[in-house]
Amino acid sequence: MELDTKDNEYLYSGHVGCPGCGAAIAMRFALRALGEKTIVVLPACCWSIIAGPYPQSTLKVPVIHSAFETGGAVASGVRAALDVKGDSETTVVTWAGDGGTFDIGFQALSGAVERNEDFIYMCYDNEAYMNTGVQRSSSTPYGAWTTTTPGRDWKKMRKKNIVEALVAHRIPYAATANIAFPEDLVRKVQKAKDLRGSRFIHIYASCPTGWRIPSEMSVKIARMAVQTNIFPLYEVEDGIRYTINYKPKEYLVREYFKLQGRFGHLTESDLDQIQEMVNEDWELLLRKAGERP
Amino acid sequence: MKRVIEGSQSVAEAVRLARAKVISAYPITPQTHIVEFLSEYCASGTMDARFLRVESEHSALAALIGAQSCGVRTFTATSSQGLALMHELLHWASGARLPIVMAEVNRALAPGWNIWTDQTDSLAQRDTGWIQLYCEDGQEVLDSMLQAYRLAELVYLPVMVVLDAFYLSHTYEPVDVPEQEDVDRFLPPYQPQFQIDTENPCSFGQLVQPGAYMKMRQNIATAMETALERLSEIQDEFYGIFGRRYSHVEAIGCDDAEIIFVTSGTATSTCRLVQRALRDKGEKVGILKMKSLRPFPVAIVREATARAKKIAVIDRNFSFGASGIFAQELRAALFNAPERPAIFGYIAGIGGLDITTELLDEIYWKTKQAAFPEKESVWMGV
Repeated sequence: MELDTKDNEYLYSGHVGCPGCGAAIAMRFALRALGEKTIVVLPACCWSIIAGPYPQSTLKVPVIHSAFETGGAVASGVRAALDVKGDSETTVVTWAGDGGTFDIGFQALSGAVERNEDFIYMCYDNEAYMNTGVQRSSSTPYGAWTTTTPGRDWKKMRKKNIVEALVAHRIPYAATANIAFPEDLVRKVQKAKDLRGSRFIHIYASCPTGWRIPSEMSVKIARMAVQTNIFPLYEVEDGIRYTINYKPKEYLVREYFKLQGRFGHLTESDLDQIQEMVNEDWELLLRKAGERP
Repeated sequence: MKRVIEGSQSVAEAVRLARAKVISAYPITPQTHIVEFLSEYCASGTMDARFLRVESEHSALAALIGAQSCGVRTFTATSSQGLALMHELLHWASGARLPIVMAEVNRALAPGWNIWTDQTDSLAQRDTGWIQLYCEDGQEVLDSMLQAYRLAELVYLPVMVVLDAFYLSHTYEPVDVPEQEDVDRFLPPYQPQFQIDTENPCSFGQLVQPGAYMKMRQNIATAMETALERLSEIQDEFYGIFGRRYSHVEAIGCDDAEIIFVTSGTATSTCRLVQRALRDKGEKVGILKMKSLRPFPVAIVREATARAKKIAVIDRNFSFGASGIFAQELRAALFNAPERPAIFGYIAGIGGLDITTELLDEIYWKTKQAAFPEKESVWMGV
């Protein structure tokens, strides 16, 4: 698939993200698929800053900034208003970080998708509260250092599986995507755009600042997350039909972990344990996709 | 047409007549009848509106923030814990200059669980930038709701119309429900100065530096001041169309009064009986009924109380560590007045305890016999 990069750029240059910011890359590709008839609801997250201060904006589409936990609810209201105005053309998109999705915004998100509100919820996941300075979220992976899981208190709980939580609501469409796989990401956003009801896309978006990696490694690390099965690319229709979009050739998670400062404290046996956890999750996914008995 | 309806239905009828387009609410006793009536109106086609049955009060207001940003008229209703949960977004709605209208049924805050009337829930939100209008009866509820939309949309501030739990929300009274064409004359369709629009992409509520932020906050303060005058004009217009007169405060027999009761909500009706009985005995007593808490009508309150020796403020609420909240407001408003009465604060009817004629009578004589207030608040009927 060839990406059209000429006429459909909705992210102006001059955004204020960190160098190598995965969240900025994610927004750029998502907007290409969404187009100008889009209203973005932006609960508190890195993008509250990246979009730029008053009176400027780095986005070519209208944005409603909103309180941290309101992504699902504000979008519901926007959709309702557009409906009563007879506007069925505009796509309503909530663009939230992992904190606003997995943690504080989970109730409003669950409420909105249970009502099957007609909108796309996109979570760009950088695996911690990065905007406030790298604090642990329920999306932070097992083994990670953050400023609130320092030293020997590194996080010893699994990352919440947000896609499965959304799938359990039996929504029309849920998918994972990754900034290192832009064709796949754009295709999924386009597919979501053409559906109606609640749609959810979970986008892996690396964070050089919080992950303690060089900025030029941002896309490489993101690619490795898919290649190691740490972040599989898949989609689920109507809460039941699973499709795995990419089958990697058994890379070891070790490679991915060794490149990131946030995992620097882990021992070989910790990494062995993590490898087992990743294998177990992958097998579970294969079973759900009907590729294992 | 006169109909015998509940206070809750007065709210619902006003929302129908105002042609609100998006309603979003979460159930809480004693607000539930309001949302049940509105659900029926939407389901039967009596109203052409979208009703969002959200999963919390926080989301109820968040959804309206989204909807109102797109330029449509909205409504929600809540009470007590629900209003407390909304607190963050109360600030957001006024900061975003969204003319949302809410009905708030005054109910006590837990613990212990108590569903009866108490004003602390709404009064604790007085600094959130919402206009607050307190009501005495079903007619005033309906009329204030219509005025609320008009006022909100003129000054771009949200309005809370406040009514007592049960004494008002669940009490049936004859109410004149206006005709749609008269309401349409009074309340034209909502045409916002700004709204979210893909043809004119703008960013709402983004990051802002201190200087611009302070200017925006000053603009809200100015809008609140303007709201005082706008409310007077709206009340005149309302009188012209519907023949019912309201004002920021209602002064009853205050001109020659030596002692003035200050009341709000349904306790005012009880106080009217007491005031008449005392007048019959030759006592020079008046009532100042507070309708608009925000904006606070300082000049009008000073004028109404200038000739009195004492005022007795009845507070069905309390600010711990300070006093009754209306009493605080009165003290603040009158401190710089050239002539000011002594201010007696009485706490009564907390958690729905009845404020009886006997209690108000006792308050009157207590106030008359004391030379000056011995303390900021006297708890009555405990």
